[in-house]
Amino acid sequence: MPPIRTVLDRNSEGFKANEAHNHALAEMLRSKVATAALGGSESHRERHVARGKLLPRDRVQRLLDPGSPLLEIGQLAAGGMYGDEAPGAGMIAGIGRVSGRECMIVAHDPTVKGGAYFPMTVKKHLRAQEIASENRLPCIYLVDSGGANLPHQAEVFPDRDHFGRIFYNQAQMSAAGIAQIACVMGSCTAGGAYVPAMSDETVIVRNQGTIFLAGPPLVKAATGEVISAEELGGAETHGRKSGVVDHVAENDEHALLIVRDIVATLNRPKTVDIEIATPRPPLLDTSELYGIVPQDVRTPYDVREVIARIVDGSELQEFKPLYGTTLVCGFARIWGIPVAILANNGVLFSESALKGAHFIELACQRRIPLLFLQNISGFMVGGKYEAEGIAKNGAKLVTAVATASVPKITVLIGGSFGAGNYGMCGRAYQPRFLFSWPNARISVMGGEQAASVLASVHRDAETWSPTEAEAFKTPIRQKYEDEGNPYYATARLWDDGVIDLAQTRDVLGLAFSAVLNAPIPERAQFGLFRM
Amino acid sequence: MIESLLIANRGEIARRIIRTARRLGIRTIAVYSDADATMLFVREADEAVRIGPAPVRDSYLRQDRILEAARQTGAQAIHPGYGFLSENAEFAEAVIAAGLIWVGAPPAAIRAMGLKDAAKQRMIDANVPVTPGYLGENQGPALLQREADAIGYPVLIKAVAGGGGKGMRKVDTASDFLAALESCRREAASSFGDDRVLIEKYILSPRHIEVQVFGDTFGNVVHLFERDCSLQRRHQKVIEEAPAPGMDAATRKAVCDAAIKAAKAVDYVGAGTVEFIADASEGLRADRIWFMEMNTRLQVEHPVTEAITGQDLVEWQIRVASGQPLPQRQDEISINGWAMEARLYAENPSNGFLPSTGPLDHLYLPPCVRIDSGVEQGDEVTAHYDPMIAKLISHASSRRQAASTLAHAMAGVEIWPVRTNAAFLARTLKHTDFLAGAVDTGFIARHLADLVPSADPDEPVLQAAAAALLPSEAQEPWTALTGFRLNAETYRLMSVEVNGLPHLVSLDHSRRRGGNGPGDVVFIDGEAWSFGLPRADHAVSGHNLTDGAVIAPMPGTVIAVSVGKGDRVVRAQPLVVIEAMKMEQTLSAPFDGTVTELKVVSGSQVTEGSLLVRIEGDE
Repeated sequence: MPPIRTVLDRNSEGFKANEAHNHALAEMLRSKVATAALGGSESHRERHVARGKLLPRDRVQRLLDPGSPLLEIGQLAAGGMYGDEAPGAGMIAGIGRVSGRECMIVAHDPTVKGGAYFPMTVKKHLRAQEIASENRLPCIYLVDSGGANLPHQAEVFPDRDHFGRIFYNQAQMSAAGIAQIACVMGSCTAGGAYVPAMSDETVIVRNQGTIFLAGPPLVKAATGEVISAEELGGAETHGRKSGVVDHVAENDEHALLIVRDIVATLNRPKTVDIEIATPRPPLLDTSELYGIVPQDVRTPYDVREVIARIVDGSELQEFKPLYGTTLVCGFARIWGIPVAILANNGVLFSESALKGAHFIELACQRRIPLLFLQNISGFMVGGKYEAEGIAKNGAKLVTAVATASVPKITVLIGGSFGAGNYGMCGRAYQPRFLFSWPNARISVMGGEQAASVLASVHRDAETWSPTEAEAFKTPIRQKYEDEGNPYYATARLWDDGVIDLAQTRDVLGLAFSAVLNAPIPERAQFGLFRM
Repeated sequence: MIESLLIANRGEIARRIIRTARRLGIRTIAVYSDADATMLFVREADEAVRIGPAPVRDSYLRQDRILEAARQTGAQAIHPGYGFLSENAEFAEAVIAAGLIWVGAPPAAIRAMGLKDAAKQRMIDANVPVTPGYLGENQGPALLQREADAIGYPVLIKAVAGGGGKGMRKVDTASDFLAALESCRREAASSFGDDRVLIEKYILSPRHIEVQVFGDTFGNVVHLFERDCSLQRRHQKVIEEAPAPGMDAATRKAVCDAAIKAAKAVDYVGAGTVEFIADASEGLRADRIWFMEMNTRLQVEHPVTEAITGQDLVEWQIRVASGQPLPQRQDEISINGWAMEARLYAENPSNGFLPSTGPLDHLYLPPCVRIDSGVEQGDEVTAHYDPMIAKLISHASSRRQAASTLAHAMAGVEIWPVRTNAAFLARTLKHTDFLAGAVDTGFIARHLADLVPSADPDEPVLQAAAAALLPSEAQEPWTALTGFRLNAETYRLMSVEVNGLPHLVSLDHSRRRGGNGPGDVVFIDGEAWSFGLPRADHAVSGHNLTDGAVIAPMPGTVIAVSVGKGDRVVRAQPLVVIEAMKMEQTLSAPFDGTVTELKVVSGSQVTEGSLLVRIEGDE
């Protein structure tokens, strides 16, 4: 495959300015993540450790194989929500290797409001399960949670994708042969009791983990029985009498080692039946992405400069390079894994959409996972384009994306506006993973367009002076700017995380490798392509 | 010259003798016990004869079987090596009586030197200096004082019947003598019922100096200079060197001449070693070196002499035994450079030097020095024989260089799972006092804390173990991206178990792939460390799944109770036997501890789940 020829001037003013800007964005990202990673307040953490318990992050680290990467999802979930009191939504979730296999680990953070479920905690838990389910990753739940956050119960309990869905998913995954392992390291009350109870195999920590449908105060209120938490739902009760747990551990470390031993017995090796090559780094330095990505998402640049810094050997076998040029399509490898890349290089035209649909068919024929590098302001508008059927051609691309049989991963590398989001495999198109760059923007349209549209349809618009028009538009622009911000998006789990440009290749390598835990179907059954 | 030679020994010395014999074109015959049937020396000999089961008294000490083996194989001569029958005059006579050549000292010389007191008298007669002392029936205080004055202070007054440090007084000056004598006698009388004492020279900074001598049947005796074997642990030589550090020409001449006198006094033939003790408190001085005893055989440490003189002492032995004159005259023998030998033992220095037996699953000895060894990888160190694995011998132009080469070699030793003293030896060879030549027989005891390697792994060990535990194949992102963390620094902490104990390591990536051992062992500076990932069964002290309550697993009758309340019990010790459903079930202690509750007696009826015994664990 030919390496991509770069035309980059590393000494240009633009490069340097971009570099400074993107470095600053990366710094901000890292600092937000570092803060969120601490979990609860210092006093809560100290109290937790004083009880002889490991902090949730240390639990996850101890569970992992030595040197194992940890691909976290939803690191900044609930950021800025609930009075900013639920960093990471009070939960750590991510993929890591345990006893040689990639697992989805979900760990409550009891230092954040006792590990209770905020709405975003539920969403994060369900998203982790969805990733596990789609990619056939064994699930390990490190349970230490007081259950549903009662003030938020309406957004936590009743709906389809609320608390109950967690246990539904456990049952479904268990049925599909995806191991469900729970390690009870703290409270596990009421609905939460079903996490271990619904698991295939469970561990509890003596004098620390408790599982009960109702805690001692509720029991006393209901029946008058006075019983200690440990006696009601501790290790002895569940290890010897009830059989709710299968293994009793003496402390956190011991419990995590037992979990590792359990995973070692799963007997489901990862079998990869697509052609994997020896990984090679890109010829071009990944960190140069900082200088390439423009400060303003509206500034055009050649997306091949990005691809060249992500793929093995900077090599891209480009498909139809002369046709539908606003969508770059081509085959490449990331960490040795074959990938079929679709990357925006301008507005989508009919030709670009047709080319994309064709290319997705090719990827499915060859069982090659898809990577979407999304930077799209939308499909081309106007009489000429409507007349040549851009709607049906766009629909072809959307159909291909929706029904593609190979795993898909999307990275929002710039703007994600309007129907372009659909054609480029936005969240609704169920990519196995969706990550955003810190410079990304997502909304139904740009803030400026939205302000203009809303102003033009206002009944008083014709009487407005320019000042009045501006006064109307400014808050709209601001709202779009705020809500299109990647941190606003990631807090609501519209993506799986904001990622540093320089880590993009490695994140994709880990994600594509994790994806290969599930078999890739032989053929796709596409929906009808409107001709 | 001899044409065939039976070696009445095993292991490294048997191989050592075979090596020279083969070079001289002599047919070699090994004898072996059942335990040694597949060992190198058996395979390397031209012929090998089984002489019995593993215990030495049934094999290597069986004179009759060895002689029978010699007869069977038509061996012309017998070399006894060292140890076993090498200084057994009776055996030497039997060999000669059988018409065979004895490659060893004449029986009369063996006998003469074997009786230590008689030998000492003989040395005094031959004008060889012996350690001053008094042991006589006359116990008058005035006489004893005169004797002590003559010996020179400090002296030791010792109860004749004494032992265990009792009834012993060190006297530094003449004026203290009588008081010390009085008190010593009182203690001797009360402790042993015998107040007789002897007086010995108290030797400060004692050093063990020995001289290699050689005699032939023509009455020639030469010396091959001295060796220093002061580095000892409990009278076992650990490191030997030649020449002796701090030995000046005049002192060397005096001690070597004394050695020749000693050998001549017993009409010595063959290889022998005259051992001296030196008071090195003011350096080596001719008037402070005294005869101790003579070893009438080839010594374990003969290679250092071979190295500095360029001679093959086994060849000398064979030539002399064949009736040839000594290969060299005294004036042809000279010292070339410095040589050092260290004895690699299967023992565990961190555990009081207890012998360590077992298989040599992994054995690597650095080839940068001379190695005299009887074992190879896959052999076993048994309790039947001396646990020496090998001797490593360095030879260099200077003492420092010899020490550093040998230290380097010792640091490169890799042996597993048998524990060795390699790291201990390497540390000793690098010790500044040792390098300065400040050696005496108390050196090891004095510096033991510095010399015994720590039982706790240090940073390089932890790093190597951690690196070895990382996945080796870096072909996929999940193994190659060590410690990857999203939007954060690489995670470097790693839990490892070293020698069964947990450690937290901060991985230094520059040292990735540091492990060099067989699978799960890392060797650093001669020390072996086993490592692995933390294990669930190691995470708790045996209290898994139980809080010490021993519960009746089914209803039944207690038919035996074998402990009482307050008893100490060990893990798996039977506590109670229950009979139920026609089965007897023994309930045992879940871990080491104490019986804190005992709820049943023999004959008790128990229900399922009832508490029988509670054990409180040791914490």
